[in-house]
Amino acid sequence: MDLFAYDFMVRALLGALIIGLIAPALGIYLVQRRLSLIGDGIGHVALTGVGVGLLLNQSPVLTAVVVSIIGAIGVELVRERGRTSGDLALALLFYGGIAGGVVLVGLSDDSSNANLMQFLFGSLTTTSQQDLIVIAVLGVAVLAAMLGLRQALFAVCNDEEYARVSGLPVRTLNLLMAVTTAVTVTIAMRTVGLLLVSALMVVPVAAAQQVTRGFRSTMAAAMVIGVGSAAAGVWLAGEIDTAPGATIVILAIAAFVAVTVGAGTWRVLRRRSAPSRQHPAAQLEPPEVVLRAGAR
Amino acid sequence: MSVVTVSHAAVSYAGRAVLQDIDLDVQPGQVVAILGANGSGKSTLIRSVLGLVPLEAGTVTLFGTPQRRFRQWARIGYVPQRMGAGSGVPATVGEVVASGRLARRGIFRPSGAADREAVRTALTDVGLLDRIADPVSTLSGGQQQRTLIARALAGRPDLLILDEPTAGVDAASQDAFAEALRRFAQAGGTIMLVAHELGPIEPLIDKAVVVHHGRIAYEGAVPEPAGHHAEPGHDHVHPHAEAERARICVAPTDRMPAN
Repeated sequence: MDLFAYDFMVRALLGALIIGLIAPALGIYLVQRRLSLIGDGIGHVALTGVGVGLLLNQSPVLTAVVVSIIGAIGVELVRERGRTSGDLALALLFYGGIAGGVVLVGLSDDSSNANLMQFLFGSLTTTSQQDLIVIAVLGVAVLAAMLGLRQALFAVCNDEEYARVSGLPVRTLNLLMAVTTAVTVTIAMRTVGLLLVSALMVVPVAAAQQVTRGFRSTMAAAMVIGVGSAAAGVWLAGEIDTAPGATIVILAIAAFVAVTVGAGTWRVLRRRSAPSRQHPAAQLEPPEVVLRAGAR
Repeated sequence: MSVVTVSHAAVSYAGRAVLQDIDLDVQPGQVVAILGANGSGKSTLIRSVLGLVPLEAGTVTLFGTPQRRFRQWARIGYVPQRMGAGSGVPATVGEVVASGRLARRGIFRPSGAADREAVRTALTDVGLLDRIADPVSTLSGGQQQRTLIARALAGRPDLLILDEPTAGVDAASQDAFAEALRRFAQAGGTIMLVAHELGPIEPLIDKAVVVHHGRIAYEGAVPEPAGHHAEPGHDHVHPHAEAERARICVAPTDRMPAN
């Protein structure tokens, strides 16, 4: 009954919690900048990195980090130019990334479908002690950057020109975002997989902003939702024997739906109980209208 | 020492000349309005002063330093035309205004009591202190514009540069805004603003510069609205008499040097 009596489940849980915490902390800046899907794109590129690792008998995580950082910087440079062809360039990069990954994994000695699936949809329960250390160290680094540079990153994502006129190192901050996105995608590869990683960056933020009023509170609420879905997802997946990554994402989406419906219901109820307050103002308007109508 | 000096500046977009041979000098404490019709290049002029638009020729000097080597950005408060398009992630008025402290504080130091105080003072200046915790998306256009001015004021700049700050702003906000600018100028601040309409800020203006077809067509006192000087003896016939009564400043083309 007690799933967490097993070491591998404890490691799975810790890995998921770290990703659940950092993915929304990073994702909020991506959402603010309308780059919600960038994590997904970088995930595609990371698959080529996995393929390179398997082919060269290197650690796939390491090569995925390197390749996705290169990809993310490339995307940022295209975005910075603001060229109309940027959209197309991104598409080429993403599909090139996933196709390259599938081909390279196929060429490697370890070319089973199961292996590919492991990277695409996560393989949380096979997280080793060493994996967990890598996830923790990189996770802390990403989190420190996202929280420590919050005001600067907020300024850049909110109004890039203003940030430039404030003398902020806009380009460096943008590249930092690109690199941390790549790192987060790669370490989350174990947990939710490359195809679902973007969900953990974006869905908790989307849920949080239904009820929050400020950036800081949205960030905090998104991180709580992220950690909550990760914990509940790992537990539920163990109980009903489903894929942990997909279960975590389903729960995050359930949180989004619950918060949206809850907030909507609350607004409707408040509006129904409020009309008595709006009434006097509504009464002030009509006489003028009547007068004007009478004048004609 | 001049606060801003522009000499022989030229800017072009995709081969089309937008500004040509611009010379401009702003002295400390001056309030300079840059006027002109839409598309005259007036916004481009201040964007090139700020380094947001690259110069094709000529130079810009800020506080005596060539713009390329200028690093004291905290001395400049920039107010863009409008708030960036909302992304859906909420931000409070206080959070947006707090961005204005970054130039002074640097990106690594966490915000302190002095920063919070400056944010509150700036919001008081524009009359929005009571909205500090509200999401900016719930504010009217005029209030959002005042938030952007508070953001610039929060950095305690020496020079305020505003791009069409009063376009589409309600009367109450225009007055609050003119009052904030008046206090800033009275405290010795320098102001450079682009406007289509001056409205309640007109009495503050020390010098007006009219940009017409990418060149400076006039420099001096605020030009009378064209309707007033289109009197007998004045051979200038203006086709937009109605619009001028609404105090829209247009380039007094009759005073332009023929070139």
